[in-house]
Amino acid sequence: MAGIVGYGVYLPRYRLKAGEIARVWGMDGDRVSKSLLIDEKTVPSLDEDTATISVEAARNAVEHAQIDAKDIGAIYVGSESHPYVVKPTATIVAAAIDAVEDLTAADYEFACKAGTAAIQTCMGLVDSQMIKYGLAIGADTSQGRPGDALEYTASAGGAAYIIGRRDTIAEILDTYSYTTDTPDFWRREGMDFPSHGARFTGRPAYFKHVISAAKGVMERNDKKPRDFDYVVFHQPNGKFPLNAAKTLGFSKEQLETGLLISNIGNTYSGATPLGLAAILDEAVEGDLILAVSYGSGAGSDAFIIEVTERIGDKRNQKTVAEYVNRKEYIDYSLYVKYKGKIKGVALQK
Amino acid sequence: MTSRVAIIGTGITEFGELWDESFRSLITKAGTEAINDSRLEGDEIEALYVGSMSPGLFSGQEHVSSLVADHAGLKGVPATRVEAACSSGALALREAYLSIKSGEMDYVIAGGVEKMTDIPSNSATVALMGAGDQEWEAFKGATFPGLYALMATRHMYEYGTTLEQISQVSVKSHENAALNPKAQFRFKVSLEDVMNSTPVADPLRLLHCSPITDGAAAVVLASEEKAREICDNPIWINASSCSTDTIALHDREYVSRTDAATRAAGKAYRRAGIKPQDVDFAEVHDCFSIAEIMAIESLGFCKLGEGGRFTEEGETSLSGSIPINTSGGLKGKGHPVGATGIAQAVEAVAQLRGEAGKRQVEKAKIGLTHNVGGSGGTCVIHILSGDLK
Amino acid sequence: MKGIATHWRLIPQRYNLVGTECSNCGMKFFPPRDICPKCRRSGDIGEFRFSGEGTVYSYTVIHTPPEGFEFQKPYVLGIIELSEGPRLLSQIVDCKLGDVKIGSRVEQVFRKVVADGSAGIIRYGYKFKLKDPK
Repeated sequence: MAGIVGYGVYLPRYRLKAGEIARVWGMDGDRVSKSLLIDEKTVPSLDEDTATISVEAARNAVEHAQIDAKDIGAIYVGSESHPYVVKPTATIVAAAIDAVEDLTAADYEFACKAGTAAIQTCMGLVDSQMIKYGLAIGADTSQGRPGDALEYTASAGGAAYIIGRRDTIAEILDTYSYTTDTPDFWRREGMDFPSHGARFTGRPAYFKHVISAAKGVMERNDKKPRDFDYVVFHQPNGKFPLNAAKTLGFSKEQLETGLLISNIGNTYSGATPLGLAAILDEAVEGDLILAVSYGSGAGSDAFIIEVTERIGDKRNQKTVAEYVNRKEYIDYSLYVKYKGKIKGVALQK
Repeated sequence: MTSRVAIIGTGITEFGELWDESFRSLITKAGTEAINDSRLEGDEIEALYVGSMSPGLFSGQEHVSSLVADHAGLKGVPATRVEAACSSGALALREAYLSIKSGEMDYVIAGGVEKMTDIPSNSATVALMGAGDQEWEAFKGATFPGLYALMATRHMYEYGTTLEQISQVSVKSHENAALNPKAQFRFKVSLEDVMNSTPVADPLRLLHCSPITDGAAAVVLASEEKAREICDNPIWINASSCSTDTIALHDREYVSRTDAATRAAGKAYRRAGIKPQDVDFAEVHDCFSIAEIMAIESLGFCKLGEGGRFTEEGETSLSGSIPINTSGGLKGKGHPVGATGIAQAVEAVAQLRGEAGKRQVEKAKIGLTHNVGGSGGTCVIHILSGDLK
Repeated sequence: MKGIATHWRLIPQRYNLVGTECSNCGMKFFPPRDICPKCRRSGDIGEFRFSGEGTVYSYTVIHTPPEGFEFQKPYVLGIIELSEGPRLLSQIVDCKLGDVKIGSRVEQVFRKVVADGSAGIIRYGYKFKLKDPK
């Protein structure tokens, strides 16, 4: 049975307050904060990108898992902001953690669920004994269209999971996905910013898939919401996961540890993986976790995860909370400079 | 070979941002002036050495050895371009000196030239970083002011050197440059001017840094036999020494001292049979003010770590115990990279001949020139004197 | 596109601080050296991986960056003394300019160094951050 051998996270240092974004676009910051349940989001530095975030998270994961990186047989990086359109992020990670050369690697894209898709693939390779360990990463430095509602939440961060069969701190008891062709949010090649269907992104998209995947995995494992100690949903804003929890019958208490959006924004492919990491930072032996990601386009990956007795011996030294609390505020002008939204500003010759 | 080598003629162009001058026109002017000064015809010259750090990056031009020989009217003469970053000039002088000392030749000309303003200063900075380690310094976003700033930070930390002391070097350089008709900056600056100038790389500011300059200089050398025949006032090269060190600053044992200079100085003093206190004046490599402080320590004019205090007390001014950079130094007169080493020799010769005008050091008998490549990867030193009685 | 192979050859150094050591005298080298300066031909050079821990030996703040680094100014450039001995030059990131002092403890991070225009390759490599920021 494949499980999580170790994990690592990374969040950049800079923060932008929702109120500061509101100021620029002539909106009421308090009102926006309350409606989206977001206070501030992470902003990558000019010298950070999805590859650097993935490497930091991966290095942390390898350290936490206490494995030899050379035993990693597969690396998949899921993101919608890979630094190259052609040339994988996964090989940069492979070289940076010295996992080269005996491995397979590729990049994934499935909007915000590319990271959990990577976890599923690693599970398959591990369970079939094709590899000893797999490294699955969800990371993004997502693009927020200036003045758009999503600019308040599009942030940067990532988490990496080492999947294996031995010495796991948590077993993945089952995974079930619900997938359709739903054009709720997309980005065409060459476009700087994604587009979305506004209210269409709610019920026919996020809610339909998250709820179906959650119900699907619970039903076939004969589980009810009250059986779980923690639940984490994809968090594009603060309201959607609260509504999903309510609809399915989960309590706020089950949701709150994994709900990070108000402090870090939506890290897209990093979102559900980071929420899960925050839970694993405090979970104890026997805890049952439901994790449900969502990727526009659309699909949800649901996982039932049970924490093993090994978690006590292998607590992660670099917690999500540590990264969340490591911060420096910037204003909107530095934000657009760091995010490359100013024409001609980039780290290049 | 026991016979000596003398400088019998010198030439130097104005130093500055010289839009009307090209690489070729600069070196030709300096070379012509040097040959005229030597009273040779020109046909006597048996070899040419030209120091130039980066004509390729500044002007797209390599193969400058032959180019210069041709334009100087010396087509056919064996020509060599010498490169050791900012010490290209003194190294060219050394090569010229060695070719006569070996007994192989009687008359050799050594020149130095750099035309730096045909590219934007951003690009010039990149070209100059060629003197540093491309893969481990330039790649990491280092600049030369940055490397010398790292040395300054260490010097201040280890010895308590102050920014005022470092700035005093620039004040003195400008005082001297104001008296030098060929200098780029012929005006004085105050200590406040220096300390409040635009930050470049902490703690160094704009007025701690030598400028980007166009210019050329040349000297004609002759063997002792020939020098005595044709020259009334030959200036003897009593020693020529060179030492190398790592080109990367971080690879050195100490970042607050210039060991290549210390070694080269030791060799030169031994060769000339003198001690530091016998030197009457010196032209040293003040690419950044802190460099002059480390230079006078390496050269033994003051103790290690005392360079700041020594400067502050006025010992290195025109009226001090050991005038340093009477020409204005690299800061005051300008730093056309490849030309600097030769320009230092031109100033030394002027002092020793008693022809330095308002900059004249009284009773100047023994002079020293100190030229450094990069952050200290090369140091070339020459000790010169007139006929000592 | 210039320098692709140069960068590729240096990936183990730039990503992972892979240097060399002379097992004859124990000296360690970063960047790697093929010849031990002390033992010369009697040296025995092999690979050595540095931990990425170190202290600040010297530092400056660059206000006039070279091409490619303009938008990062002002940035801290430091000589880092690795805990195993050798020194190297690197930007120090994720800190306020005044936080860096001689002796500050630092550790390695993975960042973009510079890209070859908007169509060329991105060169990643080590930078350092303070271990104990304020």
